[in-house]
Formats: sequence, structure tokens, C-alpha cells
Amino acid sequence: MSEAFGVHGAQGGPDAAARPTSPPPPPEPPWALLAELTHGCPLRCAYCSNPVKLIGRSVELTGDEWCEVLRQAAELGVVQTHLSGGEPLLRRDLPRIVATADEAGIHTQLVTSGVGLHEARLAELVDAGLRSVQLSVQHADPARADLIAGARATGAKERAARLVREAGLPLGLNAVLHRANLDALDALVELGLAWGADRIELANTQFYGWAMENRAALLPDPDQVARARLTLERWRVRLAGRMELVWVAPDYVDATAKPCMGGWGAVSLTVAPDGSVLPCPAAAELLGDDAPNVRDHRLDWIWRESPAFTRYRGEDWMREPCRSCELRAVDFGGCRCQAYALTGDAARTDPACHRSPDHDLVRALVDAARGPAPEDHPGFAYREGGT
Amino acid sequence: MRDIATSDRRDTATDDRVDLDWRPALARSVMFRHDRVRGADLLLLPERVVVLRGAAGSIVKLCDGERDVAAIVAELARRHPDAPVDAEVPAFLRQLRAEGWLR
Repeated sequence: MSEAFGVHGAQGGPDAAARPTSPPPPPEPPWALLAELTHGCPLRCAYCSNPVKLIGRSVELTGDEWCEVLRQAAELGVVQTHLSGGEPLLRRDLPRIVATADEAGIHTQLVTSGVGLHEARLAELVDAGLRSVQLSVQHADPARADLIAGARATGAKERAARLVREAGLPLGLNAVLHRANLDALDALVELGLAWGADRIELANTQFYGWAMENRAALLPDPDQVARARLTLERWRVRLAGRMELVWVAPDYVDATAKPCMGGWGAVSLTVAPDGSVLPCPAAAELLGDDAPNVRDHRLDWIWRESPAFTRYRGEDWMREPCRSCELRAVDFGGCRCQAYALTGDAARTDPACHRSPDHDLVRALVDAARGPAPEDHPGFAYREGGT
Repeated sequence: MRDIATSDRRDTATDDRVDLDWRPALARSVMFRHDRVRGADLLLLPERVVVLRGAAGSIVKLCDGERDVAAIVAELARRHPDAPVDAEVPAFLRQLRAEGWLR
């Protein structure tokens, strides 16, 4: 999520102090749009970063509304969309949404659990112009994967991977990492090789939404992370040129603020299932009723002018220690949603940063973290039901 | 987002040759498109956007799997008689292949 799209935007903005009264220049156009087509999902992953209170299916944007969003996004400059959720395959109108994006010149990637990706369904999507698939995996061991996902899905994932390869589409795997699988990286990479993945994203859990409910059960200690890093480095040497291994850092353990979203309203935007538009997939809680909605406004106004998108754009909003910190051009002050979740104030320095005055909050959690999770009872809380 | 231009010489390979009968084509996962909003040629990948600066876009457009490197160089030399096409284009193509964007 946070290394969203690997699109690293050049951010620069004028020096705020030098131009106190002039209006901000128009922002660069966004490169990517994360389309959360539904919050419905057959899995109940312990690390899910969607909100605790999910958006109901009855208030989801219609297919017509999604098509209009994608056309507006293309006009605005979006060239990539990640069709995600929840499980986007729950939307019967997905092929139409893909086709509209493709016709508008937007590269489409399906981000899926693999559940429901049957041969005919995939063929329909490929015909519509789908370019790539990213498949989630929880663990290479099916029983442990089930415990993490809160559902039985390994068979469906394996089938989905095979179908994607047979269709000739690039296949990425995304494995969210935590106490219950960080010591199993070898098997995860071997799974990726066996399934013919072009790329594996090894994404340490970012603590938002439901994942926050499971933070103690998910948060690894620094030794476990260090072991995983060594494993990763060995595989990177072995697989150089064959498979790309992406590591999304554990910001709590590293005590380093992430360059969240490449800056607020700088590179990409998220459209939630109900049409609210967010600078970051985790920003629903922070923005509350201030989140603009495609049902009320055009996307170009939302991106360029809406208070939600301009609030933390650039550097004017920063206080110390960010304001005078040389890292502000690297990490943009870290994650606003994390600052809000941990301190109640979204304009504070991200507490993951060791320079943050609130860093003790994070340090105490990392100090309390304890090694690998017990294999057969990782101690996760699961969402009710499933879809 | 990454920028790339033909003048980028980051390549540390000592072998400057490229098979002249190689017929470069975009890799399966790579899509070429012109971005009207930014007035730029782009390579779109599943998780990445590459901005093709300068002549890079016009070179990539010739990588159709039909023309070999010699033909691409010849075509570019015809269009840009004064440019160091011989020296730069094969190295640029090799760099794109090393990135996995051309096959």
C-alpha cells in the first residue's frame, strides 16, 4: 500500500517561507489511481488495512460512476490504475470498468485474493484490456495461510496464478509480512518461483484499519526483521535479473518515517467504494466528512483544489522537527494517517520517525514485541463474517 | 517514476557490443504510450512509470520486433544525420534490455 505503485514522484514545491502570500502553484497531475471497487472480501486477513468499519455494498459506486471516474482520471493525467478492494472480482461489472480504463489509455492491474478468478472470468478481463495481476499470498504453508487469511484460499490462489501465467499476463505476488510469516521468507520466495511470479512484494505490515486491532499479534521484534532482511539479500543475489523482490520496510521497527504516497496529494489518489476520494488509502478516518466525493465534485477539482488534498500538500503544514529537517524532501514528514492514528493530530511528525517527539509511543511497542508468533495459534482477531 | 534519456550512461558493462541482428521488442509487461497531459512518451509497467526523455521515445517506437538493431540505427541516422546515433542507440537499447523493458 504505502510504496504505492513504485511511482516515485519528483516533489519539490517552492520554499514556503520565501513566498508567504502567493497562492500555491497548481500541483503536478497524479500518475496513479487506486480504485477500491468494494470492501467486500471472501478473506478476513488479520493484517487488513481497510477500515474497521467497512463501506457497505449498497452505497458502492455503480459501474457507470466508476467508468466516469476513470475517464476523468485519464483527463487529469492518471496513467495507471490498480483495481482493488476488498475483492474486486465481487463486482460483476469489472470487465466494463477495465475496458473503460483501457480505452482511456490507463494501464490496469487487478489486485486480488485470487478467489473467484476462474478461467472464463480472466479471459473476459484480458479481452477488456487487463494488463497485469497482483495476487495476495499469506504463507507458503496452506494451514498457516488459512490462519492469517481467516479463510481457506490457497487452492484458489494457486489456480489463479496458473491462469494468469497461461493468459500471458505479468504476475506479481504481494505478501504482507508480520510475526507469523517473517521467518518463512524462503518458502514464500520459492512459492513465487514455483508459481511463475515476475515480482514479489514483501510488504511489512503497515498498521491501519483492522491491522491496528491486531498490532500486538503482528508486530515483529527487530531480530526477526533482521533475519528476514538477510534472507531477502540472499535471494536478491540469487534471483538478480530473474525476479524482482520488493521490500516495504517496517517503519515502526526501523524507526524511520516512510515517504508515504510520495507525499500527500503528490503522486496518486484513492477512490473508496462509496466514491470518496482520498490522498492515501488510510485517510478515511483522518478526513471523516471532509473527504470529497466523486458524486459531488469533479476529480480535477478534488485533486487541485479540495481542502482535503491541499491540506498537507507540500511543506507549508510542517512543524518542527520536520520543518527544518533535511529529510523532509525524502520522507515528506512521513504518514499523516499514522500521525493522526497515534497522536490524534495529523500535522505532527510521523511517530515512526526517531526524530519525532512522539517516537516513544512507537519505541515502547517495538520494545514490547516478541519474536515469531506461535505457529498454530498466532492470536489474531478476525472480522465478522466475510462476503 | 523514473526518467530515462539516451544520454544516460550509467551502464558499467565493459562489453559495448549489442547483437546487431537482435530485433528488440517491448517486454510482455511493458506498455508504450504517449501521455498527452504531460506531453511525454512513457513506458507503463505494472508498478512503475518510466518517462522517456529526449529521443528515447522515438527510439523505443522503432522496437517493433521486426527491425533489427542495425535497421533501427540506420533509420535514426537517416532522421538525425548529425547525431551520434551509432554510439548511443545500441548502448541505450542494451540498457533497456538490462532493465527488463525490452526483449
